[in-house]
Parts: sequence; C-alpha cells; structure tokens
Amino acid sequence: MYEIIEGFIEAIRLIVTLDPDVMAIAARSIIVSLTATIFATLIAIPLGAAINFGTFPGRKSLINLIQTLYSLPTVIVGLLIFLLISRVGPFGSLRLLFTPTAMVIAQTVLILPIMTGLTISALSGIDPVVRDTLYSLGATRLQFLVNIMKEARFAILAAVAVGFGRAISEVGAAILVGGNIMASSFASSTRVLTTAISLETSMGNIPQSIALGLVLLAIALGVNLAITTVQHR
Amino acid sequence: MQRRTVFAVAAVMVALLFICGCTGTTTDPTPVEKQQLRIATTTSLYDTKLLDHLTPIFEEQYNAEVLIVSAGTGKAIEYGQNGDVDVLMVHDRAREDAFLADGYGTDRRVFAYNYFVLIGPESDPAGIKGMQPEAAFTTIRETGMADGSDVVFVSRGDASGTHSKEKAIWKGAGFNYSADVQGSGDWYQEAGTGMGATLTMANEKQAYTLSDIGTYLAYKGDLELVTLVDEGDILLNVYCAMQINPEKYPDTNTTVAKDWINFMISDDVQEEIASFGVDQYGQPLFYAAQNDWEKIGVTEAEVKDPVL
Repeated sequence: MYEIIEGFIEAIRLIVTLDPDVMAIAARSIIVSLTATIFATLIAIPLGAAINFGTFPGRKSLINLIQTLYSLPTVIVGLLIFLLISRVGPFGSLRLLFTPTAMVIAQTVLILPIMTGLTISALSGIDPVVRDTLYSLGATRLQFLVNIMKEARFAILAAVAVGFGRAISEVGAAILVGGNIMASSFASSTRVLTTAISLETSMGNIPQSIALGLVLLAIALGVNLAITTVQHR
Repeated sequence: MQRRTVFAVAAVMVALLFICGCTGTTTDPTPVEKQQLRIATTTSLYDTKLLDHLTPIFEEQYNAEVLIVSAGTGKAIEYGQNGDVDVLMVHDRAREDAFLADGYGTDRRVFAYNYFVLIGPESDPAGIKGMQPEAAFTTIRETGMADGSDVVFVSRGDASGTHSKEKAIWKGAGFNYSADVQGSGDWYQEAGTGMGATLTMANEKQAYTLSDIGTYLAYKGDLELVTLVDEGDILLNVYCAMQINPEKYPDTNTTVAKDWINFMISDDVQEEIASFGVDQYGQPLFYAAQNDWEKIGVTEAEVKDPVL
C-alpha cells in the first residue's frame, strides 16, 4: 500500500515537473495515434458513406463483417502487419519494421473497422425526413452527401474519438511492430505510453508506470470530454 | 492595387522560403545523415542498463544512432533470421552456432560473461542452498511434486537464452524437459516474459527461478529473493555479438554493424563492461571476455580479432 501511495506522489512529481522522458513518450503516443486516426478518418468516412448509401449485392453481409471486426484483437493486427513488413515479408524492402510508421499502419488497420462501422450507423441514423427533403429540393448527389454529413457530424465525430481512443490505448500491436525502442532521436523511438507502462511495470519501476498511466488516462478522458463538449454545444 | 501588393509580398516570401530551403540542404554543417544501427538483444543486456550505458559513447564516436529491440534470445534470433536488424547480441551457444551454420550471421565475437544463479525465497522450502545446480533442480522438482508443497519454480518459458540454460540443467539432471518438467504440476510455472519481469513474478510468488547474475543484481533492491546456488560449470553465461550476414541481406548496415562489434571488444569498452555496476552493486554485473577466453571456452580470435 505504501508503495502505491509513494508511486502516486512520484508520478505527480514526474507530471508537474514535465519530466522530459514522460513528456516525450506522451507526445509520441499522441502523434502516432493522431496520425493513425487521421488516416483512418480519411478512409473510413468516405467508405462508410459509400456502403451506407450504396446498393450492391452483399451489402448487409459487408456491414455484418465490419461490425464483427470491431473486436479485432490488437495482437492479431500486430502479427499481420509484422508478417507483411518484416524483411522476409512482401513489403520487407521498405524496412518499416520497428519504426513509428509501422505503428501508424497497425493502428490505422486496427481502428478502420470500428470507424467505418460507426460512420455507417451515424449516417443510417439520420431522420428520413431530412433525406426526403433534400431529394425533394432537388439536391445534386454531392449536395446531398455534404448536407447529410453535416447532419451526422456529431455522430461521426464520436466515431473519430472512439477510433483515437482505441488507437492510443492499444499495446499489443504497438509492441510487436514498434519494438518499444528508446533511441537518442525522438523520431526513431517507438516507445509509447502503453508499451512504456508494460516495460516499466515489468522492470518494477512502479512510479514511472503510474505517471505514464495517469498521462494516458488524462489524454483519453480529455479527448472524450472535448468531443462531448462539442456535441452539446 | 492593394490585392496585387499582397500577392507580390506573398510570392516573394514563398520564393525566399524556397531559397532558404535549398541553401539549407546544401550548406548544412552536418550533411551526412546519421547511420542507424538496429540491434536485437537479449533482455538481460537491456534490463541491466549496460547497453544504455554504452550506446551514447558509440553514438558519439561513430555519428550513429542505435535502435535497440529487447527480446528473449529466441525472438531476437528470429529478428536476425528475418534480417530485420543489423546486429544480434545473445547468450545461447547452441543456437548461435546453428545461426552461423545456417548462414544468417557472421563475425561472432564474445564480449562479456557472467554466471547464472539459482535464486529463491530466503526460507528455502526445498532446502537446496549450496547444492550443485543439477542436484538443486532435482530437489526442487521432487519437493514441488510432493503433496501440499509450497515450492514453486518460475521459468522464463520464452525460448530465451536463460530458458535454454534452464533446459540444459534439467537435461543434466537427467530429466526429459517436455515430459518430466513442463506441465508436470503446479510447482512449475512458465512466465513467458523477460528476465526482469520473471524476477518480479518469482518474488510475488516466493518462488525459485534461474537468472543471470547481472539482471538479478540490478533488481536485487526490489526483491526479497536470495542467491541459493551460484557454483557449477553449467552456470557459465557467455554473451556474444554478431553481424547479420550481408550476403543473405545485402542492404544490412554492414559498416556500422562492424563498428559496433569492434567497439564491444575494444579495450576501452571491455574496461567499461568490467567496471559497470561496481559502484552501485558492489560487484560487476558482467566480466570482460578479453583476457578470460580460455576460461570461458572460446578462441582468442573470438574475443580479440577485430571484424574487417
């Protein structure tokens, strides 16, 4: 018990003094996960719209499949990306293994299904009256899409937030394809909050783990708080 | 008119930016990009912070950046086989030999050694203190399998060099590892993780475990476990570095890889290794291989000849 309290005090000290190690790891976490979320957003929203408004055979099954992939285990994604980008894999010549880029790829793949699925739900949840009105006013296809998106923006924003949350809290894939490297330059390091917590705990550095955990928690809560605030405005 | 001025100013600024950008790349004082060296290493070298201590010295001397992936020897060797790293630093002679024989690695150099120790709770429920390693293992197994016993052995269980050594000791004690030891009862538990984490786990469970002395000393402050067996030839632990064969993977960073291996066997670094941890732990975590090659059963060339 004493160790936990002591850990918390030390953790708070590390945070308020802006400990450079903790800050670098937190910054890297945010950069990697944010990049992944941006890529996933650029793919998931158009894809979600195409599936929601499209009429093609197997549409229902595709939506079912996407929803099943919500629970895609992170280590499976990690393993898959590892096999693809390891030197002996099909994309080995790009030498991506153990780089932040690899982590971005893995996280993008991981959050793509959930963001696409939530986009579909967001769009399909729009009041049919809105759609009918747009049609009856003679909106072009583009005008129609833009207005529907506007209508669904809060739900889509929530999809983005969920995606980011899943990306930043993920550890399995990050450690498999990133390697948890602490290098002398910021850009070559692949140690993020989750992998650092895993390592520090295994090394018995509990205060460091608690500090990193608090930062991670703060980021996750902060993002959701921001989204909720925007939605209620 | 006004809009045109704004446009002109903007154009000039963009042009300036381009010029600065171009001159920036041509007259940069450090035009050579830092070479990256990727090392896959066993957890013991990483968890003791020996590599944290040595890499800044190397980075400074060779204008390189060292990227370290720490994993058990088994996993590290796999990274090497896939050519995902430039240098491999491990401690498992049999698998190193196979790695070299299969043409994945070259230029094996031995840079350090120390000993494995069998550690456990101070109360020593199996009563193995001071035994030979093989006898101690046999006793742990026997008491562990007896009814109502509180004897537990935590194994790395992760195909690491330490795990290999543990299997070798079981074999030396006359057991078939997969039939007689693994899964033979609750007394034998596989952690499936690095040395540091395994020590922490053994401490929680008040269990016996096999550890390299370096990691044990580095963690000792947080542990209640004590050394019970530390003598026996089988406990010798030899660390080597080798290069991934450039013939197999031509775009491996050969130059820096060779620099690193030569750096590890250089006189200065050998001294660093021999003195590393003495201040903090009262004894070295590793011994330099340089002058003890005979004692640790390797050739003089393997500890002294620079890689060309």
